[in-house]
Amino acid sequence: MNLLEYQGKELFKRAGIPVPRSAHFHTADEVAEFVSQNPGAWVIKAQVLIGGRGKAGGIKFAENAEQARDAASKILGMTIANRQNPRGEVVRSLLVEEKLAIAKEAYCAITVDRATKTPVLMASPHGGMDIEEVAEHHPDSIAKHFAQTSIGYSPFIGRELAFSSGLDPGYRKTFPAIAGGIYDLFFDYGAKLVEINPLVLTNDGRVIASDAKVELDDDALYKHPELKKWQAELPLDEDEELAVKAGLGIRNFRRFDGTVGTMANGAGLAMATMDAVINADGKYANFLDVGGGADAQRVRNCYELIVNNTGARSLFINIFGGITRCDEVAKGIVDALQTTTSRKVPLVIRLTGTNEELGRKILADAGMTPVETMDDGAQEAVRLAA
Amino acid sequence: MSILLDKNSKVIVQGITGAEGSYHTGRMLEYGTKIVGGVTPGKGGQKSEHGLPVFDTVAGALEATGATHTCIFVPPPYAADALFEAYEAGIMLAVCITEGIPVHDVLRVVGTTPGMRIIGPNCPGLISPGKSSIGIMPGHVFTEGEVGLISRSGTLTYEVVDGLTRAGLGQSTCVGIGGDPIIGSTFVDCLREFANDPQTRALVLCGEIGGSDEEDAAAFIKEHMPGMPIVSFIGGRNAPTGKSLGHAGAIISGSFGTPESKIAAFQAVGVPVADRPSQIPELLKGALLVGAVR
Repeated sequence: MNLLEYQGKELFKRAGIPVPRSAHFHTADEVAEFVSQNPGAWVIKAQVLIGGRGKAGGIKFAENAEQARDAASKILGMTIANRQNPRGEVVRSLLVEEKLAIAKEAYCAITVDRATKTPVLMASPHGGMDIEEVAEHHPDSIAKHFAQTSIGYSPFIGRELAFSSGLDPGYRKTFPAIAGGIYDLFFDYGAKLVEINPLVLTNDGRVIASDAKVELDDDALYKHPELKKWQAELPLDEDEELAVKAGLGIRNFRRFDGTVGTMANGAGLAMATMDAVINADGKYANFLDVGGGADAQRVRNCYELIVNNTGARSLFINIFGGITRCDEVAKGIVDALQTTTSRKVPLVIRLTGTNEELGRKILADAGMTPVETMDDGAQEAVRLAA
Repeated sequence: MSILLDKNSKVIVQGITGAEGSYHTGRMLEYGTKIVGGVTPGKGGQKSEHGLPVFDTVAGALEATGATHTCIFVPPPYAADALFEAYEAGIMLAVCITEGIPVHDVLRVVGTTPGMRIIGPNCPGLISPGKSSIGIMPGHVFTEGEVGLISRSGTLTYEVVDGLTRAGLGQSTCVGIGGDPIIGSTFVDCLREFANDPQTRALVLCGEIGGSDEEDAAAFIKEHMPGMPIVSFIGGRNAPTGKSLGHAGAIISGSFGTPESKIAAFQAVGVPVADRPSQIPELLKGALLVGAVR
């Protein structure tokens, strides 16, 4: 679960990390009222999770109530999209924030390093841009500290990071406390990422977190019931919602814009099934992992999920029976086709493994013939979708 | 020989009286795994569904049975605790099947249990065909032989192994290392074991997008496994960036964890990368015939 900027900054405040003066609103009237009572230069920022809000016009400046109302009404309700998420995200709230006089922009974050299996604290003087870009162009400017739980955090770690990354001397006094703040948040909330980008040094020498990116661990949310109210404000991921409704895990379904529907058991096989469709010169309409031990009812739900929510013109069902029994899958397929009120698409079925013979018989009795291999199945499904 | 698990390995099951634990205990017993008991706190002294002794604590189970291996079927909030308990009791190898354990719990466990080999979490387990199996893998797919396999996935492993078996290529040990971002044993950890196993004459590595485990494996192979015929496969080659597919660890972020990087790393050290799982047996036979080019 990714937090919105204003939520992340709320956590920052609790951890003693300096953030700009700000207020969070849902209407243009409230924004105008706030600016008229608090004269000054303000930034009005769309509260969305999607990247690229600045380029899309989701950040505007205002110096009086009129400008503020105008900016707020333009941003609220707009849809911000990017290449990764072409459907986009609608802006539902705004953060009104003091405009900073920026001297420098730095980067500071803590996340989980997969290779060393430890948390890693990072700093770089190149803030305000994508850290992956920095890693590519200025790899030496990123200083890292791999956390040892026996020591925990101590300010010398922040000092070392500031020196070895080459942060502007203006950061030195406050940086150790800020690094300690994100370190504490990371562990207190079991986060996957706490990132300040940019960490601004202002013309008058203040160090302030100008943005906040906090990614919490969905699997750890049960430990923090107080975050439920924030979760309710986050934009819903429709794919995740559909997956949960069909009785799947949140990561088990994702839609794409192709025409070949796919259903497999196990994430690895499901990804390989998508790859097989591409190898057969087709385009997949979705990723779907029916999970281990799927019964007839779940297979049926998944059929409905795909035909009702994607542009699939054929559906390739690729099952390797381990815990999952081929006869249960076959029952689900036959039942779905015989009783569904949803649209019907031609099916290509590949069933191998536990109870394969039983499964094949159930399909044969219903007039269906499974294909022999994954490659054959992908080719046939692509042909039928053409 | 085989790695990590052989027919004499004594295994306990943590969570043996739960639905999953009980079902898979039966499957493992059928396969021939030497399961000597199980642990369910509060049910010590009882017998499991399959007549095995149940203990209140892992320490108690070890004292009575001499077990060295454990298989963990404990719900996510209690899984880290189960692993710590296994470690303190002196377990040598823990297979953790549980999916959905908080990342920070896993970090704490892997960072503080030196000397205990952990497979998983969120994995299908470990099998030395013809000898023993710990976890949830369907035994009938596997055949004893000389090919070792390491995989981040479950069913894809069965798919690949089925192909190997049909092509007459049996397996020494197959390790499903799991689909999470933080796992107890990586490709490299398992490669170290295979490098010392005389039974294993060739290897198959089933990687997928996300992380840098495959790149690290390629570097290790170059350095430490000259002459070992190895074939690889990378799942999710056509997946989009920024969204994890099924496995929490299968995610491309920016230029990290891409299939291109993994394929290039393997090819650079003379490990062929199959375009599709069905090509693996043929590539492996070729590699066995000509020997590795490293």
